[in-house]
Amino acid sequence: MKKQYFINANIIDPHNSINENGGLIIGEDGKIEAIGKKVNTNNLPTREKPTDLKGKYIFPGIVDMRVFVGEPGYEYKENFRTLSNAALSGGVTSVVTMPNTDPIIDNVSIVDFLKRRGRDKSKINIFPCASLTQNTDGTNMTEFGLLAKKGIIAFTDGVKTIQNTRLMSRIMNSAKDLGCLIMQHAEDYNLAKNGMINSGIIATKLGLSSIPDIAERIIIERDLTLLEKTKCRYHISQLSSGKSVDIIKERKQNVKFTCGVSINNLSLNENDIGDFRTFLKLSPPLRREEDREVLVQGLKDKTIDVIVSDHKPEDEESKRLTFAQAATGASGIETLLSLSLELFHNGSVKLETIIQALTSNPAKILNINKGNLSIGNDADFCIVDINKPWIVKKENLISKSKNTSIEDKKLQGKVTNTFVKGIELFKI
Amino acid sequence: MAIKTNKAVKISQKHLLGIQDLSVNDINYILDESETFIKLNQSKNKKIDVLRGKTQINLFFEPSTRTQSSFELAGKRLGADVMSMNMGNSAIKKGETLIDTAMTLNAMHPDIIVIRHQDSGACNLLSQKVNCVVLNAGDGRREHPTQALLDALTIRNRKKKIQGLKIAICGDILHSRVARSNIYLLTMLGAEVNIVAPSNLMPKEIEKFGVNTFTDMKKGLKDCDIVMMLRLQNERMTSSYLSSNREYYEYYGLTPDKLDHAKSDALIMHPGPMNRGIEIDTRLADDINKSVIKEQVELGVAVRMACLKIFCE
Repeated sequence: MKKQYFINANIIDPHNSINENGGLIIGEDGKIEAIGKKVNTNNLPTREKPTDLKGKYIFPGIVDMRVFVGEPGYEYKENFRTLSNAALSGGVTSVVTMPNTDPIIDNVSIVDFLKRRGRDKSKINIFPCASLTQNTDGTNMTEFGLLAKKGIIAFTDGVKTIQNTRLMSRIMNSAKDLGCLIMQHAEDYNLAKNGMINSGIIATKLGLSSIPDIAERIIIERDLTLLEKTKCRYHISQLSSGKSVDIIKERKQNVKFTCGVSINNLSLNENDIGDFRTFLKLSPPLRREEDREVLVQGLKDKTIDVIVSDHKPEDEESKRLTFAQAATGASGIETLLSLSLELFHNGSVKLETIIQALTSNPAKILNINKGNLSIGNDADFCIVDINKPWIVKKENLISKSKNTSIEDKKLQGKVTNTFVKGIELFKI
Repeated sequence: MAIKTNKAVKISQKHLLGIQDLSVNDINYILDESETFIKLNQSKNKKIDVLRGKTQINLFFEPSTRTQSSFELAGKRLGADVMSMNMGNSAIKKGETLIDTAMTLNAMHPDIIVIRHQDSGACNLLSQKVNCVVLNAGDGRREHPTQALLDALTIRNRKKKIQGLKIAICGDILHSRVARSNIYLLTMLGAEVNIVAPSNLMPKEIEKFGVNTFTDMKKGLKDCDIVMMLRLQNERMTSSYLSSNREYYEYYGLTPDKLDHAKSDALIMHPGPMNRGIEIDTRLADDINKSVIKEQVELGVAVRMACLKIFCE
């Protein structure tokens, strides 16, 4: 690989506290050689012709902590190849995949298969999760230690929640002993039973069973109470209600843990469901505008650590049904960054905070050397035209499934180039 | 028999999916048209031909006695060719989705599909996929527009107005599409609506629809002109909402002593089927001076004839 030189870029690398106009040099080995304002035309070798980015932005490759891939079992929804192409177009270079496949990722032998497939078919970095319990049935723990030795960096039941408090306590003990990260999808099943959308006037009007926000709060409060006793690495996958943010803000003063939020819950509210739009049937559900505002505030004041896409590709047949029968989830990895930038453009959150929640924070929680532009590291990054307007069109989506929650939405800011290990793998 | 038609008024919607889509004009138009069919239905020759040549398909995914027979009769009396499909025996059982069923039927060029479905929004989905008119005969817990219209017609017939009346809707509001459609319609026409239900059967934020809510039935019935009882929908209840039927009857069943709190000339309504001795005292249900339950059924045919005619034109 030839050495590559980029100049005149706005570089934001929260991990290294870089937020300046400068350049980037990538070595022949695909690693970062130099970065920052000291890289400019004055000190580059004259024989080299650098790429002038004319003020476009360079961000570290995004680390998306919550992604569903259909492989194995649901390849018709998304496979590693289509996922990685979709990710690259959105500037995502590392993903944490959920274990809710068929079969469930719950044992050592399936991890070997997964890693092989991930390596052979994917151009981005795949970090598979294993489940917390066997077959995600919430009764018996998986082999955290052995799975971690195989390279599993986090454990979660994905779309499911550990309901049994005694089991959760034991999971935390094991996670503490073995130093494993556990991620909880917070939802009390009894309160959420058959629920599809937020409780309130919209649910009453549409005649749909609902999920009250306390269903989230009760699991969060329970887990944080357990966590006070057993201090393990604990992460709440997604918050949806304003009340959850208040609780987390308070509890973070006493006990160490992290939490994330889906870009859907940051950008949309229950009114967007409109006339039974099944693409907006999400878990956790979209809540009131007041909740969304508190979530944005939580991101701004860093109560919330991470933004995820909660990318859940579903084929048309799973969505062309009545709301009650339709599958849950939206495809979102391609639009994660652009939709996040909306929060910057409308003045809600600082750009650096957004990028931090998409890159260095998830990497730090996962304990992986990604989401940064440190010298000597793999050159995983994206170039972004932060003002470029575009419209989300189903037919232009790269993901195998087209169930976007923001069809026809006008966005500002688009990834123009994405690099993994110094190789340009996506270009507009 | 000659039928007067009010050609000047047109309906604002293509489909009848819910009361919430209709305007006050739409509602009055349908009610006025319905009046003309009441007489027809009482006469010797009940058949006219305004829908001759039209095909009406009744697509009932949920069991129904009065609504299905009422729609079937309404279509036949207007001269339409009516086909009622019992979806329990259909391709749905073989795994066909609602949309595929709709596309299949659509290919047969019906003019009207009347649909009842257990899922809220099923009629909305159907209406997006077929070329013909869709009439909602009840979707999940969302809407049952023709029921609300026939209730309004019954009230109007007896009380000569709706505006200014005080109407109590009592019982299992949470699971009731009838309650929702009636709330929209009655508040739109200027009635004051009291909702009476135990907290476990009261939908969230229902007061935002402009109704008063009561958990004490006696307070909720105070000075009411109409007491509308709803059926306890045990089939939709997934977990324990109530301790027992007998306790429910004690607190929320319509009994003479509770009815005493309403106006002395208050009318009792019920969309049926009734659970006698659970939500309503059997003597009250049959009290010809107070109960208009049979009249509701009778006017139901007239309302459905009016809807078929108006939306099919």
